[in-house]
Amino acid sequence: MAELTEELSQVKGEEPAVPKKDVRVHPNPAPAGKPPLDVPTGTPTVIVDDLHIVYRVYGAATDVEKGNAVNALTRILKRQGRPQMKEVHAVKGVSFVAYHGDAIGVVGRNGSGKSTLLRAIAGLLPPHAGAVYTDGQPSLLGVNAALMRELTGERNIVLGCYAMGMTPAEVRDKYQEIVDFSGIDEFVQLPMSTYSSGMGARLRFAISSAKTHDVLLIDEALATGDREFRKKSEQRIRQIRESAGTVFLVAHDLRVIEETCNRVIWLHKGKIKMDGDPKEVLAAYNKG
Amino acid sequence: MSQPESAVADAQAGGRSGQEPLAKLAQRYGLRRAIARPRFPVYVRQLWERRHFILTYATSRNVSKYSSSALGQLWQILTPLLNAAIYYVMFGIVLGGKGNIENYPAFLLTGIFVFTYTQRSVAAGAKSISGNLSLIRALHFPRASLPLAYTIQELQQLAISMGVLFLIVILTGEFPTWFWLMIPVVLLLQTMFNIGTGLVMARLGSSMRDLNQLLPFITRTWLYASGVFFSIQEKVVGSAGLPQWVADAMYYLNPAASYIEFMRDILIQKHNPPGMVWISCVFWAVFALGLGFWYFWRAEERYGRG
Repeated sequence: MAELTEELSQVKGEEPAVPKKDVRVHPNPAPAGKPPLDVPTGTPTVIVDDLHIVYRVYGAATDVEKGNAVNALTRILKRQGRPQMKEVHAVKGVSFVAYHGDAIGVVGRNGSGKSTLLRAIAGLLPPHAGAVYTDGQPSLLGVNAALMRELTGERNIVLGCYAMGMTPAEVRDKYQEIVDFSGIDEFVQLPMSTYSSGMGARLRFAISSAKTHDVLLIDEALATGDREFRKKSEQRIRQIRESAGTVFLVAHDLRVIEETCNRVIWLHKGKIKMDGDPKEVLAAYNKG
Repeated sequence: MSQPESAVADAQAGGRSGQEPLAKLAQRYGLRRAIARPRFPVYVRQLWERRHFILTYATSRNVSKYSSSALGQLWQILTPLLNAAIYYVMFGIVLGGKGNIENYPAFLLTGIFVFTYTQRSVAAGAKSISGNLSLIRALHFPRASLPLAYTIQELQQLAISMGVLFLIVILTGEFPTWFWLMIPVVLLLQTMFNIGTGLVMARLGSSMRDLNQLLPFITRTWLYASGVFFSIQEKVVGSAGLPQWVADAMYYLNPAASYIEFMRDILIQKHNPPGMVWISCVFWAVFALGLGFWYFWRAEERYGRG
């Protein structure tokens, strides 16, 4: 841990004076005087219509049925299915409409279907029933799946940008911006496996938010990284909202949601338990 | 603003009765379904737009593959060389597979390198979707990018193996001729075949989880049927006494054998391939590529489901 803080402070020392600006631009949106951007315009960007998601999980064998070859053979002879295969009904009939300029926080316990819902909105998990309608292509802030730990930050930036569908010209344009925003400076020449977890998270957020998204889906990306970087990320999210986009945010840190979102959806066991003003929903969520 | 809101309220209060207003609302604002398979020409165009990603992904995988070993990228040359040495000792000297084959080292190595390219592409293709589920569930791109990138990665490896092969072939007494200019053409045809097969395997591998366990046996059988370390003509017609058409069928119906024979024809002057082998090479390339893309595209929206 000491190593991590050391690295971070090293990097922070050479950063431009962004923090001051951050503090000014970022008043807490929760108080009564809401800034105008919290009022969404009337056009919907995402419509989720009675959505059901069922997916199959493999390899989740319990201790009792853990496979040896004899068991497997008996199963085949008795014509039983693979016990390792389970169907998970993760989202059960969710409907809502999101508008331009909305920043929607999604809260719920582990396994309540938050991440699944986000993936379905992004069009990455096919619906079992119901439908998701979107304006443009929603993108999940999840470029990390394309990155390779053995490669340098430099190569990973290029790879990540291409994975998000940028052109070579756009990559050249954005490269320096990504390095600056992530604040990893000379570490960009080193393999990502040498990064601290905070640096990795910052680089990933910097890469994935470099592209302009109409609808951005963020899954726990802000949980890691230091305080200062979290402010930078929150500012980036506000920029996206100002350019009339829609942001979905899944986070366990309710403070982040309260500070960034103008609407909160509470998922419970795959269904919407509450949908509305952050204060009310979060208050109810904290009680229940 | 009031109208959409009421639609949501309807949907939430009335459950199933709310379905239609939401679908209509979506239609009114021109929203489209998040999951929809593009038409085939559109799909191919999208794939072309992703060419930089495909290339970068292939190169990155190659770079990271050897990053943990001390000799690093040198293994890209060492691996085929060591393979060549083992196969030569085993099949050329110990088992005496030489027979009457002219320039056996060149014969054997050409067979091995050409076959390995197809075999590795097939194996990589089978893993390209099932091994990248997290990537598929995180980002949007035509899924065929992955099997394509895997085949291109194998092609990059092959380019190095080919350098080694040329060197050995020249050392064994062959002389480069104008005919060697045909080598890229054969490799192009074989790459087309490998991409097509890789695409088919990618779709099969995404739904049949046991395929990866089964595949080594299939490819080994294929290896023995492709005349890599013996001459099909000699064994089938000479030793077994079967009619000529059996040997011809084994050359023409087995794409791997066709590509191996074509490459041997180019590299080894005294080698006599079956006459029509270039036709089967072209046929298998076009057939596999077309079928592969079509078959893979048909399930585009289902990859990543689980």
